[in-house]
Amino acid sequence: MSDISRRKVLAGLAVAPLAPLVGGVITRAGGQIDKFPKAMSPREKLQARYFPNFELTTHEGKKVRFYDDLIKNKIVVINFFYAQCEGICVPITQNLKRVQNLLGKRVGREIFMYSISLKPEQDNPQALKHYVQMHKIKPGWTFLTGKPEEIAILRRRLGFFDSKAGLDKDLTNHIGMIRYGNEPHQWWAMCPGQANPPWIVESILWMEPKHDVHT
Amino acid sequence: MSTLWYHDHRVDFTSQNVYKGLAGFYLLFNQFDTGDETTGFHLPSFPNFDIPMMFNDKNFDPNDGLVAFDLANRDGILGDKFLVNGKIQPFFEVKRRRYRFRWLNAGPSRFYRFYLTKSDLTNHPFWVISNDGNLLKNPVQTTSGLMIAVAERMDVIVDFSSFAAGSIIHLENRLEQCDGAGPTNNILAAGQGAKVLQFRVVSDPVTDNSVNPATNPTFYQVPTRVTEQITRCFKFDRNNGQWVINDKLFDCNEVRFRVKRNNAEIWKLEGGFNWSHPIHVHFEEFQMLDRNRNTPTLIERGRKDVARLGENDDVTLYFRFRDFVGRYPMHCHNVIHEDHAMMLRFDIDDVGNTNESSCGFSR
Repeated sequence: MSDISRRKVLAGLAVAPLAPLVGGVITRAGGQIDKFPKAMSPREKLQARYFPNFELTTHEGKKVRFYDDLIKNKIVVINFFYAQCEGICVPITQNLKRVQNLLGKRVGREIFMYSISLKPEQDNPQALKHYVQMHKIKPGWTFLTGKPEEIAILRRRLGFFDSKAGLDKDLTNHIGMIRYGNEPHQWWAMCPGQANPPWIVESILWMEPKHDVHT
Repeated sequence: MSTLWYHDHRVDFTSQNVYKGLAGFYLLFNQFDTGDETTGFHLPSFPNFDIPMMFNDKNFDPNDGLVAFDLANRDGILGDKFLVNGKIQPFFEVKRRRYRFRWLNAGPSRFYRFYLTKSDLTNHPFWVISNDGNLLKNPVQTTSGLMIAVAERMDVIVDFSSFAAGSIIHLENRLEQCDGAGPTNNILAAGQGAKVLQFRVVSDPVTDNSVNPATNPTFYQVPTRVTEQITRCFKFDRNNGQWVINDKLFDCNEVRFRVKRNNAEIWKLEGGFNWSHPIHVHFEEFQMLDRNRNTPTLIERGRKDVARLGENDDVTLYFRFRDFVGRYPMHCHNVIHEDHAMMLRFDIDDVGNTNESSCGFSR
């Protein structure tokens, strides 16, 4: 067995022992049903809680479903921005361009980058397309807009809100973190969008089970 | 060093992993703190009368009873269930004698102020003997509760000999906290707080060879200070939801400053801005010299490795770095803040540098 495939197997084993505890109905010796009914799997729970399957539109005008088309079975990097933002969006976009360059051909094949508009009323697909062209952003990084009320829900679900309501309403104070994750492995975390790009890349590459940066 | 603990420290994932249970105690004994009440400092014998207690507050999924971690929370997670050594609000039978309890706040985010509440809602006093695993100079009696931030360890002596068999005493957290940012600093009325643990006094005959803290035994004198070579300052803040220390974000590969081994240093930590942070420094312990321009309490004057920064607090710490070179972090031990990059890296070597030593403090 090659080193890489052995690691894949080990990564699979690491999550397997949880499955019997959470998947189905646990019956006792006498056939008595345990207190809790059949529950969702941990992966289904994450989907239900954090990844609503809203319809979004890409900067190329394509309709996509958030979970089915953008998240499911993927390694992803997500941030929120808006095209007219004069605060931290520009440095974060520039930072993520360096991240995209460092990740190279992986972006769009193994790793998918998404920037979701905080001002979907203004940021129609044409505005997003203009932003992509203006910043010379390469394929594999998709800019997204959608129904304002659904974007608002998505933003909260993904943890891009300030718990202090006054600050949350102030778009100039919007959250500069980026969320990264591996959906099938149920690994989700965040790092600052203005962090040093090689460090962001290292964090994202941890999401590849075969990747071995920390040995 | 006596009451230590260990836990997973995976960068960006610490809170999730520790929330699911990857934490434990690591207890050390020596010729003074022997674990045998007939020898050394005569502290209550391990394990019958020397009991580690790890506190967590967690949330559970009502559909399946499994622990539920909120990935979208970046402020700090408060649980509605209080756990002691993994059990929700358990009871513990005690005999009519002295016990040593090793209290650890294992997070993820809550600050506790613990009282021992009797059934008539008066407080039972107890003695603090050790902070962050280091015995104090002398026991310190408290009747006004004991603060414990995440990752702090407080060893206490509780004397149950005055209670009749059948008495009930609650370990009660009376510090009000409504969100992950920090406690409100309101102290709730006796009986209105969270009853974390119930002590039930039993009538079994028992001997007690442990030292009476009221006799003021001397345990440990902190070492004399040597002249500090440098003062460094650290301001903990937040920009666009991103934690910064001296306005910089975390990068594991960036050495923010270098400490010269065998030198003494002063670190001033300025925190808050409406957030509370338990700041933890790896490798070397410190003496707290100052808290908000006041001498710290006797309880905070032992050797420590966590500095509690309440809203708008500042503290001055004295370090003497010894023994090893290497790479170490300083981070907030509200593990939700920690996982959102409230951290920096410093290295200890034989050269050192003066980075982070221009102290432009706002207060």
